Amino acid sequence: MITVEHLTKHYGDFVAVEDLSFEIEEGHVYGFLGPNGAGKSTTMNIITGCLSATRGHVRIDGYDIFEEPAQAKKRIGYLPEQPPLYLNETPREYLRFVGEAKGLKGAELEAQIRQVMEQTRIQEVAGRRISALSKGYRQRVGIAQALLGNPKVIILDEPTVGLDPHQIIEIRDLIRQLGQSHTVILSSHILSEVQTMCEKILIIAKGRLIAFDTPENLERQMLSPGEITLVAETGRQRAEEILSQVEHITQLQAEEETDTWVRLRLKTDQRDIHPVSRAVFQAFARSGENLLEMSLKKANLEDIFLELTEDEKTPEGGQK
Amino acid sequence: MTAVFKHELRSYFHSLTAYVFGAFLLAFVGIGAMMYNIQAAVSNFEFVLSFGSLIFVVIVPVLTMRVIAEERRQKTDQLLYSLPISTVDVIVGKYLALLTVYLVPLLVVSIYPLIFSQFGEVYLPTAYGSIVAFFLLGAALIAVGMFLSSLTDNQGFAAGIGIAVILLNYYSVSLSEYVSSSAFGAVAALLVIILLFSWVIRHLTGNDTLASVLCLVLIVALMILYVTNSGALEGLLPNVMEKLSLFERFYVFVNGMFDLTGVVYYLTVAAFFLFLSVQSLEKRRYN
Repeated sequence: MITVEHLTKHYGDFVAVEDLSFEIEEGHVYGFLGPNGAGKSTTMNIITGCLSATRGHVRIDGYDIFEEPAQAKKRIGYLPEQPPLYLNETPREYLRFVGEAKGLKGAELEAQIRQVMEQTRIQEVAGRRISALSKGYRQRVGIAQALLGNPKVIILDEPTVGLDPHQIIEIRDLIRQLGQSHTVILSSHILSEVQTMCEKILIIAKGRLIAFDTPENLERQMLSPGEITLVAETGRQRAEEILSQVEHITQLQAEEETDTWVRLRLKTDQRDIHPVSRAVFQAFARSGENLLEMSLKKANLEDIFLELTEDEKTPEGGQK
Repeated sequence: MTAVFKHELRSYFHSLTAYVFGAFLLAFVGIGAMMYNIQAAVSNFEFVLSFGSLIFVVIVPVLTMRVIAEERRQKTDQLLYSLPISTVDVIVGKYLALLTVYLVPLLVVSIYPLIFSQFGEVYLPTAYGSIVAFFLLGAALIAVGMFLSSLTDNQGFAAGIGIAVILLNYYSVSLSEYVSSSAFGAVAALLVIILLFSWVIRHLTGNDTLASVLCLVLIVALMILYVTNSGALEGLLPNVMEKLSLFERFYVFVNGMFDLTGVVYYLTVAAFFLFLSVQSLEKRRYN
């Protein structure tokens, strides 16, 4: 759907994007993840034709964005980081302009405006000035604009930034819905967001692609060991005695102790944490002592992200 | 292009811009008509337009200041870049909308000669010839204003520079009498222009070598010209200033001549500044 080849962008001496290559397939939600200033917005701006590239190619559905911009742009709906809204217009007027610019006319235009307003649930504010709308509604109007013309790809640059938690949930739901009928690319520096919404994640740092995989695979690649925290209804010594029968525990630490229970934290070198937790459970069950709580902490994307972006190393098989 | 045109036009008539522009133009032309045609009982409507042309100094920058600067400020230029329309479509659409806003009060003005002709003898060909020229003059100035607006994201700045540029142009003929007409004066002025030009080239291309080589070549050429044929440079500065005056061309029409070179001149100026506006908009994509 989108092919990016050796994309490079320099601002004077500053290198914003360096030799970026990847391919986006149809019908998934992709997440662009990276710290601030990593080159996410620059890359998105180039893909959507808002910015030129120093080197490299971008093809949308076979059309080169630099050589056949009109054809390529028809296949993309773009919401920049700051929604590009004319504040003294109503959403309806605004959408009419964007629709016309995208080549829609007459009944088709009206039908599409109605459809995207329904999809983004902005009908009730359609007649109000955009300047009077809340940030969440403005973001929706921005997304509605991107949806006009029924483009195959929707590109959203930090769609949830600056919204309150309630609005964030709504926008995420909307994006998830869009993912069913469009290819969606969104950028974010919030890991949990990308993790919950995206089927594939591209991590970029300092203008380079350092990982491109599914969230599950990225987690699996993580070498950092998992952790189990448990609360047992027994003394500390007795608990440690029970756990000594369990294999693969590399570290054992008592965190809190009262007359009736003890909280222990243990680490394991196993990548898959479930066999260990099962063994712990069985050990306590055999001993007849009660296990009150047990929680697992798996290596999460946050750790992966920090590891990848800090020392910029490529995990095996991470690059596509 | 039609989308941009319709959108701009709607926004002008939804905001005060179109009405303020029209009101000022009509008020000023009205005052002129009262002074010349009614009070002084002169039957030449073209004198009114000649008097009225001064108002362009204020109303053109007010009309054009926001046209591109505002898009930049509210970041809607990103939308324009990402839509499947070209920068030429954007600029031409915006320009046509501006011309329409300008044409509406001018159509009202063009009734005046007919009204006056009910009460006396008005020579209509000169009156309407001048109205056409008045339109072309305004059209050229609007293109200049639009280009200035494309250089910045600050409306006030665009308006200020616009007023200065149009005022300078308005008075350039009077000013040309004060500038040196000697060959040496021309060389000095040309040197400044060459340096400015090279700086602009350097700014646009970011290529130091190209700019300095170009600058040197031009200076050497200028020096050779000065040494070999200094006569050619005599009176060059005031001449150029006169030629550049958009208003001076207009007075030819007022004096009763429908000057086709003037028409071509205005159209060329408008096209040139539209071209520069497109470049200016494109350049942001290549920064």
